[in-house]
Amino acid sequence: MKIKAIALNTFKEAIRDRILYVLLFFATVCIIFSRILALLTVGDRVKIIEDVGLASLSLFGALMAIFMGTGLVYKEIDKKTIYTILAKPIHRFQFLLGKYFGLVLTLFVMLLSMSVIFLAVIFLHTFTVEWEMLVAILFIFLEVCLITSVALLFSCFSTPILSSLLSLSFYLIGHLSWGLKTLIDKIKPGFGKTLTQIIYTLAPDLENFNFKTEIVHDLPIPPQIFLFSSLYWMAYTLAILILAIIVFKKRDFI
Amino acid sequence: MAAVLKIQDLHKSFKTGFFLKKKKILKGISLSVGQGEIFGYLGPNGAGKTTTIKCVIGLLHPEKGNIEIFGTSHLALKAKERIGFLPENPYFYDHLTALEFLHFYSQLFLIEKKEAEEKIKGLLQLVGLEKEADLQLRKYSRGMQQRIGLAQALLNDPSLVLLDEPLGGLDPLGRKELRDIIVRLKEEGKTVFLSSHILQDVEMICDRVAIIVNGEIISQGALHELVSEKIIFTEVVFSGIEDKEVEGLGECISRGRERTLLKVLKEENVEKIVELVHSRKGKIHSLIPRTETLEDLFVEMVKQG
Ligand SMILES: Nc1ncnc2c1ncn2[C@@H]1O[C@H](COP(=O)(O)OP(=O)(O)OP(=O)(O)O)[C@@H](O)[C@H]1O
Ligand SMILES: [Mg+2]
Repeated sequence: MKIKAIALNTFKEAIRDRILYVLLFFATVCIIFSRILALLTVGDRVKIIEDVGLASLSLFGALMAIFMGTGLVYKEIDKKTIYTILAKPIHRFQFLLGKYFGLVLTLFVMLLSMSVIFLAVIFLHTFTVEWEMLVAILFIFLEVCLITSVALLFSCFSTPILSSLLSLSFYLIGHLSWGLKTLIDKIKPGFGKTLTQIIYTLAPDLENFNFKTEIVHDLPIPPQIFLFSSLYWMAYTLAILILAIIVFKKRDFI
Repeated sequence: MAAVLKIQDLHKSFKTGFFLKKKKILKGISLSVGQGEIFGYLGPNGAGKTTTIKCVIGLLHPEKGNIEIFGTSHLALKAKERIGFLPENPYFYDHLTALEFLHFYSQLFLIEKKEAEEKIKGLLQLVGLEKEADLQLRKYSRGMQQRIGLAQALLNDPSLVLLDEPLGGLDPLGRKELRDIIVRLKEEGKTVFLSSHILQDVEMICDRVAIIVNGEIISQGALHELVSEKIIFTEVVFSGIEDKEVEGLGECISRGRERTLLKVLKEENVEKIVELVHSRKGKIHSLIPRTETLEDLFVEMVKQG
């Protein structure tokens, strides 16, 4: 109930932020650009729109999460709005979760708008609604939620610029770390292999949420992969949120 | 008298500068505020008043010391349900209107919507913002922010109200109104803890005060114990006689075209001057006895400390 009140207020505030609309605009430009690109190529034109479209959704969703998420707590401290709110009978973790869910709601609305534009562009090409895209979009949303929790964690102890850089690195590492998996297979057993394995386990693997290729090319996806990705998402997000709560609990509001 | 707020041996330091050197801000603050009193927390800029209040609210974690509100830990939600807090230079979510803002905060106390509506109406009236209720807070002036800040502090009908520099940013009329509100809160049985560096503002209303200088409380007690009622000097303004005639009776502070302001230390000299002026058909324009004020005490103690 108290978390809900804070979340709704966060949503009201975040949804007015101009950054969101600038990013939404660029996402739209990218999706429309994919349509033009499709006209210029031979082969399966819809696949190009779908490919580029989903990639834009994923990229701009992540950028929205990073830019909004890193300012989330910092702004409250900087403007001192946090002073009176923490004087009310709420726990610090309730405040933090309220902020988190408020932003997740905002990003949900943004992703929904982008999806509508995306599906509309496909519809204008094929005159069918490609519902299976929603599966890929759902996992993009989960990824965006995870990135939001990371941005929130960084924003609990550093400035927006630094936390944006850190969150961006998280995003990049998250999409490159699967390369380590192939590396592990090639290294001979020993210290190096163990170390790489440890790094891979700790490093985020955001490719777990990437079903773009499978969906676009109608490849079969075994259900246990869905299950693994969902569990991986839940564990990672929960761990990051708990860490954020611990950091937030410890800090002083000077 | 049961203690509503009890602070024992509070220590807090901040890490400052590039090397994060520790700087002691609070060096063992102890004080106790009784039920139903208006307690003034006084000290010059940078003494540590705000820091103390932030520790009480739970915004800062003290290194050492104990804080109790209503006999429980100051961090317990049960304690927070019964306190109201107005920070210095308050600032709030500026995208909300006053009405939306107060409704949002009332949800944090789990106040029912209907009940909240009535309460908010009363509070806006109390702080004189009924006309601005639908104005976004970003369009509020500094004094109006202060007023809405007071309204949010009183939402839960708190038993203990903590006000950090509540008179800052208010015009003279606003200051008077706020003092009246504080006295009214006391009449309702609430306990008020307020900080200030402007002494005249609070000495009229405070029952007890603590004076903090440099992170230490140097004096604490009832106002009449700290400040004597003794007249220190009298200011007399008169006209119609030559200055030379009163020479030796007092110290001439200013001399206008006709009027003279004299600072007289001894009371019998005041009478002598009055008689003299009357006998010469002169006129006494004003006669103001100055008792010792908190200000004097304050200056003296800061000098000593
Ligand atoms: N963010 C900060 N970092 C480092 N030191 C700080 C910080 N904020 C305050 N201080 C120091 O803490 C001390 C006490 O500050 P505090 O705000 O408690 O004073 P105050 O008594 O409320 O003063 P005022 O009457 O000006 O409001 C000051 O010496 C100040 O320099
Ligand atoms: Mg202060």
